[in-house]
Amino acid sequence: MPTPLVVSDVAKSFTMHLQGGIALPVVKDVSFALKAGECAVLGGPSGAGKSSVLKMLYGNYAVDTGQIIVDHKGELIDMAGASPRTILAIRRDTIGYVSQFLRTVPRVSALDVVAEPLVALGRNRDDARDKARTLLSRLNLPERLWSLPPATFSGGEQQRVNIARGFITGHPVLLLDEPTASLDAKNRAVVVDMIAQKKAAGVALLGIFHDQDVRDVVADRMIDVTRFAPERAAA
Amino acid sequence: MSITEDDIPLLRVSSLSKSYGARVGCQDVSFELWPGEVLAVVGESGSGKTTLLNCLSTRLMPTSGTVSYRMRDGDWRDLYRMSEAERRFLMRTDWGFVHQNPADGLRMTVSAGANVGERLMAVGDRHYGRIRETATDWLGRVEIAEDRVDDEPRAFSGGMRQRLQIARNLVTAPRLVFMDEPTGGLDVSVQARLLDLLRGLVTDLGLAAIVVTHDLAVARLLSHRIMVMKEGHVVEAGLTDRVLDDPHAPYTQLLVSSILQV
Repeated sequence: MPTPLVVSDVAKSFTMHLQGGIALPVVKDVSFALKAGECAVLGGPSGAGKSSVLKMLYGNYAVDTGQIIVDHKGELIDMAGASPRTILAIRRDTIGYVSQFLRTVPRVSALDVVAEPLVALGRNRDDARDKARTLLSRLNLPERLWSLPPATFSGGEQQRVNIARGFITGHPVLLLDEPTASLDAKNRAVVVDMIAQKKAAGVALLGIFHDQDVRDVVADRMIDVTRFAPERAAA
Repeated sequence: MSITEDDIPLLRVSSLSKSYGARVGCQDVSFELWPGEVLAVVGESGSGKTTLLNCLSTRLMPTSGTVSYRMRDGDWRDLYRMSEAERRFLMRTDWGFVHQNPADGLRMTVSAGANVGERLMAVGDRHYGRIRETATDWLGRVEIAEDRVDDEPRAFSGGMRQRLQIARNLVTAPRLVFMDEPTGGLDVSVQARLLDLLRGLVTDLGLAAIVVTHDLAVARLLSHRIMVMKEGHVVEAGLTDRVLDDPHAPYTQLLVSSILQV
């Protein structure tokens, strides 16, 4: 099976310059690979660095050392040293991300928030909106909300907009940061289905799921983040 | 960024410095800007960001360093070796400059329509009907009602003036737009509307832009990349969300931690 993403010996710490320059090690020796068509799950208690790992894979956090090699349109690129421009291209084409919270933009409708990643890929806006409608109705977001900006939506509604936005493209790698945290059972089941479809389509998924039921159903493999715990430096 | 953009930068800035006597304006700034890319330059007052913007847009001559710009015909030109007439032509056609104070970028005593039409005439359009039509269309795009086309900007609110200034700049389909605190001085609801409008236009037109702002929320919403300046130096640069979510330089950490949460 192809491995579109390989992480080797990645370490990350935060240096807090405003607190006298103390270093907070987050993870070290992070090594794993994602296979096409499987969903790996990051496990470990709160504060173990699960979200940080996901953010490094998306280029949102810088890494101190190590490599994150991604297959970007047939080319192997190390995200750890890639230019901002390359990271943006990787996000557009290769690595998708469903964040825990939706960062809303004033005045942009839910439908366009969802359609945007397809439009960025050069797809026709009407087609992109059609696909967005399909996803939003599958996720049971009431149709009267589609034309409204999501800023005033409830947590669960915003999360469904976020999921639709992340799932609308055919990105070969998809990162999921607690996508089901504020969903009811019915919509959690929809997301579980959507994940299964992505797997069948050969997408490599990596997720954080606090919900045990969801995790048990979607996970092919568990990556225990406590393995990557750094020795806590005496601060 | 549009995926159809080519891989050649539009602007190359190399070791740009400007000093005012012994005082440093900006020091040793280098970067490249690609078509369709929005770069935010952030930092507090006096950090040198406006000096940098003025040097890049040739409104100010740097003390040393070079800035090359790729012309529409593919030729690279050193901005500081161009004739004054060439630079002015570039400024009127291929570039835009959005000032913080709209009065600096508009002619306050001619009509809104003429403010926009004037830029079209600068690129050689002479057909009155077409100029008026394009101007009216652009006023619509920046959400200024058609019945205000003959009013002078003096009679406009601050937010409307700023939108008019944007229309005046974008009507010639520039490839590069400089913006100096484009939302400064506007109240927050007007700011949000303007930002959203700018974001849409920049994306739809595939504009490259350099936006100077002290407002990190503006940078987050509009830019792909951020350059953080302090005392004339670039202290940190990178992908916008990386710089804001994982700031490395002590000064960036201070800036990010100083944002008031609502």
